[in-house]
Amino acid sequence: MKITLSKNDFDKMVQHAQAELPDEACGLIAGIDREDGVREIKKVYCLTNIDHTNEHFSIDPKEQLSAIKDMRSLGLKPLGNWHSHPETPSRPSEEDKRLAHDPKSSYLILSLEKKDAPVLNAFHVEGSHSYRSAEKEELIIVEEEK
Amino acid sequence: MKIKVAGETKEVAEGLTIAALIDLEQVETPQYVTVSVNEEFIDPNAFEAHKLQEGDEVEFLYFMGGGR
Repeated sequence: MKITLSKNDFDKMVQHAQAELPDEACGLIAGIDREDGVREIKKVYCLTNIDHTNEHFSIDPKEQLSAIKDMRSLGLKPLGNWHSHPETPSRPSEEDKRLAHDPKSSYLILSLEKKDAPVLNAFHVEGSHSYRSAEKEELIIVEEEK
Repeated sequence: MKIKVAGETKEVAEGLTIAALIDLEQVETPQYVTVSVNEEFIDPNAFEAHKLQEGDEVEFLYFMGGGR
């Protein structure tokens, strides 16, 4: 699957993730599934990691509820979530896969392992509870037209 | 009675419980679902007993988390 993200929203995620260091940062993504099969992220939500650690994240459910209502008011659908890995690569951990309950969602992971070169990848997770695999999606970061 | 589920108005039976609504809506992986009614989060232990009222606004939220 192809998934697009604006450069502005990419920068917003990086800024939030850097501001939350040393903890993991997290949020939601919303947008549309276009008829040509491309998933287009139109809004990124930066939400609170209620775990407040560099090893886990749990999105604040109250903020999640507010974001879902905001998406609905904008005519957008929830497409998945994003979180940062402050010290590890941009790939789903076993815990990430275990807690990825929705095979239709996209899961974006932003690695800050290299401080000056953040890496963002998108995945979806397939399989049963006993064995889950993460498949990489083709993420395209789009510069806005001026 | 009429309630709102994920923003959509639905006609449901009087006295419908949250647990019955989860079945009715065929919610996937319900063990990972958090339910709010009128923006209040409901203890999962109360899903069987909590009867919905006319005009209630219900949302199903999936727990979202992970780790490195």
